[in-house]
Amino acid sequence: MKALVLLSSLGVISLLAELFSFKKLLYPIVLLGLIATFIFNIQDWNVANNTFYNMLQFDNYAIAFSSVIILVAFLWFLMAEGFFKEETNMTDHYSLVLFALVGAVILVSYTNMTMLFLGIEILSIPMYILVGSSKNDLSSNEASFKYLIMGAFATGFLLFGIALIYGATGSFDLATIKTGISVQGATPTIFYVGMLMMLVGLSFKVSAVPFHFWAPDVYEGAPTVITAFMATIVKLAAFAAFLRLFDVTFFRVSASWMNIVWVLAALTMLVGNITAVFQTRTKRMLAYSSVAHAGYMLMALLAMNMYSNSAILFYGLAYSIGSIATFTIVSIVAEARGDDGIHAFNGLGKSNPLLAVVMSIALLSLAGIPPTAGFFAKYVIFTSSFLAGNVFLVGAAILASLIGVYYYFRLIIAMYFKEGNSEKINVEMNHKLLLIVVAIAIIALGIFPDFVIRLI
Amino acid sequence: MNSAIQVIPLEWYILLSTVLFTIGVLGVLFRRNAIIIFMSIELMLNAVNLLLVAFSSFLSDSKGQVFVFFIMAVAAAEVAVGLAILMMVYRNTKSSDINVLNKLKW
Repeated sequence: MKALVLLSSLGVISLLAELFSFKKLLYPIVLLGLIATFIFNIQDWNVANNTFYNMLQFDNYAIAFSSVIILVAFLWFLMAEGFFKEETNMTDHYSLVLFALVGAVILVSYTNMTMLFLGIEILSIPMYILVGSSKNDLSSNEASFKYLIMGAFATGFLLFGIALIYGATGSFDLATIKTGISVQGATPTIFYVGMLMMLVGLSFKVSAVPFHFWAPDVYEGAPTVITAFMATIVKLAAFAAFLRLFDVTFFRVSASWMNIVWVLAALTMLVGNITAVFQTRTKRMLAYSSVAHAGYMLMALLAMNMYSNSAILFYGLAYSIGSIATFTIVSIVAEARGDDGIHAFNGLGKSNPLLAVVMSIALLSLAGIPPTAGFFAKYVIFTSSFLAGNVFLVGAAILASLIGVYYYFRLIIAMYFKEGNSEKINVEMNHKLLLIVVAIAIIALGIFPDFVIRLI
Repeated sequence: MNSAIQVIPLEWYILLSTVLFTIGVLGVLFRRNAIIIFMSIELMLNAVNLLLVAFSSFLSDSKGQVFVFFIMAVAAAEVAVGLAILMMVYRNTKSSDINVLNKLKW
């Protein structure tokens, strides 16, 4: 709860910076504010189930997810300093990002359909604007337009689903809905229709195949820092919401949605990874890889056992810090070489050893090679899925990961074994620090994963 | 005592809003003009509003109507942002036809 208040006030403070001209100070203020938010947030750990009139609930699940989101947001701010250098719209960018974070925190802690809807919209509407923030770049315009149309379309489905479930159970409260629904047969048909429509709406938001077609376009067209934000924080928050809705609230009728999610997960992993193989531009390749990672997380959601929550939390954290590193390096290289094709990375191992090493660690983590965080994240998810009896799904996931290794290694090979532009790229000091910290974190999480896994 | 809404059976409301919603979905999928796409999205959201009000009246529960207010406010915000994005696109392309938006493809 404190996180919500602090983040909203930070957003308002950033708006006031324009008025009272302390724009120069805003960057340190926001960073300190995020640290304070993180500390105040974890103070509620195990303390109490604060509820806002049964609309939001800050239990350990919500605190763990919101802490990870705030942590990733902090790393993201370190990465995105350049994005906030523009004089004209600087304060707007700060406040839009912070309000999007408010939406993300609502999404991990809602206990009422109203808050689910508001959280998704508070997260999405600032993102529509941020995606279009390079106003004169036509591909950014296009990405922003497509994101808006697809986002609003998905919201329509989600709302229709909420309305039908309201009609069937007479409530928006998750706990009431959970007790209101009984095993298959006794619940009215419109409830199941509503549940399916909510599934479609949320699948759009987490970009699960076949509802993923907007994602690569939007990820490619958006400014790279915003792509990193969408691939990490937005996805994590959407998954936390998905998990709470389906694994907790619709648990009793799981027989009616399990097969659909099974197909979604298998398709998402395979289609995402196979399509990524054919991409020649790194940003688009990473976009498809992020679609594929959604598939693994859906797999953990499907397991519905004691490991699901911590598996998604750990996977989200490992995947997010890996993505922050790769997107930082892609944006540095693309800016210096004027191109984000895979050949732009040729010879990076010689010209910039630091960039190449961190990129390799991050890619190995995304591919799931030990001893990185990504390996244990995949391991936990595969184990939980295996224990739940989804053996074929684990098989499909292993196949998909093998395909994934191919295209991640293509980038590593380009960096180390191909001759290319040997001109050294100038990297700013804070980016260097960020990359070193992230690389250490990836390996540390791979060696000591217990701490995060035991959290919830 | 029945309210005026309850003169018509609930099924008809569900049917009407499903039809409206479907028209909205088809509009988003098949129309090429950005303004008409926005109108179709509004139609989808208003179909939901109609459904919520009908349920709310039949269940004698006010929560559904409060939800409608939230939807209206958010839809207004979304359209404001949407029209701003459309203006931005129009300044760069001088067209509101979405076929000009084809730079990003695999």
